[in-house]
Amino acid sequence: MIFKIKQNIHNNRPPPPRPGLLFTRKSPLIDIAQLLILITIISWVIFQGAQAMQYNWQWYRVDQFIYRIIDGEFIQGRLIKGLIVTFEITIFSMLLSVVIGLITALLRMSNSFSGKLLANIYLELIRNTPLLVQLFLFYFIIAPIVGIDRFWTGVLCLGFFEGSFAAEIIRAGIQSVPRGQSEASNALGFNRINRLRYIILPQSIPLILPPMTGLIINLIKHSAIVSVIAVADLTTEGLNIISETFMAFEIWFTVAAIYLVVTVSLSLFVSWLESRAARGR
Amino acid sequence: MSNSEASHFLQIKGLGKWFGQFCALWDINLEVNSGERVVVCGPSGSGKSTMIRCINLLETFEAGEILIDGEKLVNNPKKILAIRRKVGMVFQNFNLFPHITVLQNLMLGPIRNLNLSKSEAAETAMKYLEKVQIPEQAKKYPSQLSGGQQQRVAIARALCMNPEMMLFDEPTSALDPEMISGVLDIMVELAEGGMTMIVVTHEMGFAKQVADTMVFMDHGEIVEVAPPEQFFTNPQSDRSELFLSQILSH
Repeated sequence: MIFKIKQNIHNNRPPPPRPGLLFTRKSPLIDIAQLLILITIISWVIFQGAQAMQYNWQWYRVDQFIYRIIDGEFIQGRLIKGLIVTFEITIFSMLLSVVIGLITALLRMSNSFSGKLLANIYLELIRNTPLLVQLFLFYFIIAPIVGIDRFWTGVLCLGFFEGSFAAEIIRAGIQSVPRGQSEASNALGFNRINRLRYIILPQSIPLILPPMTGLIINLIKHSAIVSVIAVADLTTEGLNIISETFMAFEIWFTVAAIYLVVTVSLSLFVSWLESRAARGR
Repeated sequence: MSNSEASHFLQIKGLGKWFGQFCALWDINLEVNSGERVVVCGPSGSGKSTMIRCINLLETFEAGEILIDGEKLVNNPKKILAIRRKVGMVFQNFNLFPHITVLQNLMLGPIRNLNLSKSEAAETAMKYLEKVQIPEQAKKYPSQLSGGQQQRVAIARALCMNPEMMLFDEPTSALDPEMISGVLDIMVELAEGGMTMIVVTHEMGFAKQVADTMVFMDHGEIVEVAPPEQFFTNPQSDRSELFLSQILSH
């Protein structure tokens, strides 16, 4: 061993060397070329399929169902009206499912035997029966008893359905707050409610938020099911338009594209949230 | 521990605790007077932490009883909260609340649990932050502080509740070596101020400096209770002698 002493510590260190000199990355051109080939193949398949059916494409008739401009005034088309109903259903049932989810999560983590039982019965019932059957149960049995219209029946059913997922998300969020946090708040004399409100929940919300946004995406997709009870959402409007115009291909593609635009933008928002949460750690 | 029965602030009688079939504490008897400084040491797994966690009921126990200020610990939520507000605790891993600032960490307990107003709580908080010598960190979040600073905040947070006794659960074990002395200095100062303290630690220098009483535990039992002069120079039991020879050999 050579013993030595370094007297001066470097203050003017160089900036990092350019990346890519040591590890070269794949060119983005290759990705773009692959994508173009893929798109060509898919469009060719669709086009050929339509031709084989001797389908008469009428895309020019679609835009009126999205929007019209009459005398410089913007008028919503029927698909946009349907989309707004879909949003309304999604927002109300989301709020409902958060409330149901929080209550269920707290009941499951409580010491109360009947509380746990209630939460478990709810979760098992919702998870082990088809959503469509649940919707019929709500529509034909619960709605007439409670006296609510189809829109709120849809909201209630979807709220209960997604609530079972929200419950698990919230429970996971609460339980991933380290145990030391509860212990510290116990040692400071916090009661159960204040502990949850000021210590545990504020820390679990950043963990809960990204999967909750994922739940909204699911909700938007699942909400299409309300078309079977004739709530005028995006899917129902699509069905109606097709029965009037026989443009099955164009309208279904358009409806799917509208769902896609909404859910993909939400997914991008989720990944942004997640990357932000990851940085916050 | 020669004072009369009446002045015992804390009494532990025949405490026994099991984790499943495993007996973690057995026949623990200990009296701590007001103002007394007790240092608990022993090999890891000997039940030191479990014992002091029983004192503010972070752990339940199956046998024996604990009296704080003459009042028996019972399974009554209101009484448990009252006891916890009298007994401050400092953890090995600090357990600061990461989502709020240092100042808010100090204020939250007094505001919610002692019904202090915001300004009173802030005043108390700043007083104790100055006492632990980091008032300039008040607006920062815990993650922006070094381990030593975090532990000092944790001490200040416990003190803000104006406790009558402080429990320290290996307060320096998670710290980098250069951070330890700063935290120990605060604890020495606290001890000299007359605070009743029970400290679980391996810092024997600190023990020699402040302890009135040394408690040595092994296998979930209290093996030896002795004044520090005697404990360090002339331990009475073989097990404490072995333990001391192991930790003091370097």
